[in-house]
Amino acid sequence: MKSLRIIPCLDVRDGRVVKGIRFQNLRDAGDPAACAARYQAQGADEIVLLDVSATPEGRNASLKTVQAVRRCLGIPLTVGGGLRKEADAARYLEAGADKVAVNTAAVENPGLLTALADRFGRQCIVLSLDCAQRPGGWVVKTHSGKKDTEWDAVVWAARAERAGAGEILLTSWDRDGTGQGYDLALLQAVRQVVSVPIVASGGARTVAQMAAAFEAGADAVLAASIFHLEGRTVQSLKSELAHGGIPVRPLENAL
Amino acid sequence: MTQSETPWVGLIRTGAANLASVIAALERLKLRWTFIQDSQQVLEAPFLILPGVGAFAPARQRLQEEGLDMALVERFLADKPMLAICLGMQLLSEGSEEAPGVPGLGIFPGTCRSLGSAEPLPNMGWKKVHPAAEEGKFLPRKPGWAYFAHSFALLQAPEDWNAALSEHGETPFVAAVQRRQVLACQFHPELSGGYGEACLKAWFRIGAGSAAESKPLEGEAEA
Repeated sequence: MKSLRIIPCLDVRDGRVVKGIRFQNLRDAGDPAACAARYQAQGADEIVLLDVSATPEGRNASLKTVQAVRRCLGIPLTVGGGLRKEADAARYLEAGADKVAVNTAAVENPGLLTALADRFGRQCIVLSLDCAQRPGGWVVKTHSGKKDTEWDAVVWAARAERAGAGEILLTSWDRDGTGQGYDLALLQAVRQVVSVPIVASGGARTVAQMAAAFEAGADAVLAASIFHLEGRTVQSLKSELAHGGIPVRPLENAL
Repeated sequence: MTQSETPWVGLIRTGAANLASVIAALERLKLRWTFIQDSQQVLEAPFLILPGVGAFAPARQRLQEEGLDMALVERFLADKPMLAICLGMQLLSEGSEEAPGVPGLGIFPGTCRSLGSAEPLPNMGWKKVHPAAEEGKFLPRKPGWAYFAHSFALLQAPEDWNAALSEHGETPFVAAVQRRQVLACQFHPELSGGYGEACLKAWFRIGAGSAAESKPLEGEAEA
């Protein structure tokens, strides 16, 4: 049976975990490796690390961060942020990522997804899809939310799957950091057109919202603020989810 | 045990396989490792790991080009410790629906099939794994949760192998097989938390007898 993955997300800038609202007003939330190890011990099913550094120096530091996180992590690690070309993906995978997430570069060149899938296998390739609601649907946002495209998010999700994406990290820009819950309509719309796993992202604050995302077709739920800033443990979320009948991997004697 | 007496692990580079996670898992277990350079090392390594992500055909071709395929079969016949992961496990079978006409190494019978679309594909995430037989010869003997990232799998356990099973929708598939010192996992033990670590430790325990007789490579452990 399918179980819902709980994925804490580490937004990393210049080697530190940060968290903001709608990708703005970033606050320091700790050391990435220490955070990752803590969430793993709490029963996290995977860690997503997004590099939000603004400078080349920051990006180089993020490779070291990936290595440090990898050393302590015996669960999957997805890395994204600023990935422009095949060589960037190779560097992240070499440093210790199990999967790489691509947004802007894939929009600019959908063939990149195919090239990456051919080289690394599609299970390594995550389409990071930032969506903003507009009348009648959602558009794709790129450049960490700074740019709007005219692309329909649902159409792009289907196309990206055909191009080689093995998973979709589906972020609602409108909900990110707000605690209003995942955008379930967006989730359902994308679920209808793709068969690869979907990670719901943006807006999580409560267990009920996570359960609703599962019912709407999410294979995994990603959250950041509730872990970094509100001190919820993965363990407590999971036991509440299990109590509510949502299948989750139970906490084991950790590493 | 001093470091020089620690048995080393040979890692095969199957093309684009992401090895960092496997290496990190070995280092957490304080094991020395080195990349396999040639077929001779495939035979000599006290422990051998055939990891793998990516596509069946290119990985198979690379094994052949480097002359490692026959050495792997020879190593199996010599009953030396071998761990195959994910695509590595599929390469040990007779072939895969993913690449019709491309033969696997045939170390165990059976051809890998698509898991079907009852659940999202690839099968990416955690699933419960349970020993196939009541008596549970598969190590570790207890059920556990393992991380999978694949679209193809063996659907029937080969005879004479201890097996652990899981399900994709209603379809049972083989999560791992083990016979003597050979363990092949469709899941990723290096990414499967405590259960994965238990699998790795069980495999090392099984192989420890024969490995103690092999000498470590001098100065080849890499950080």
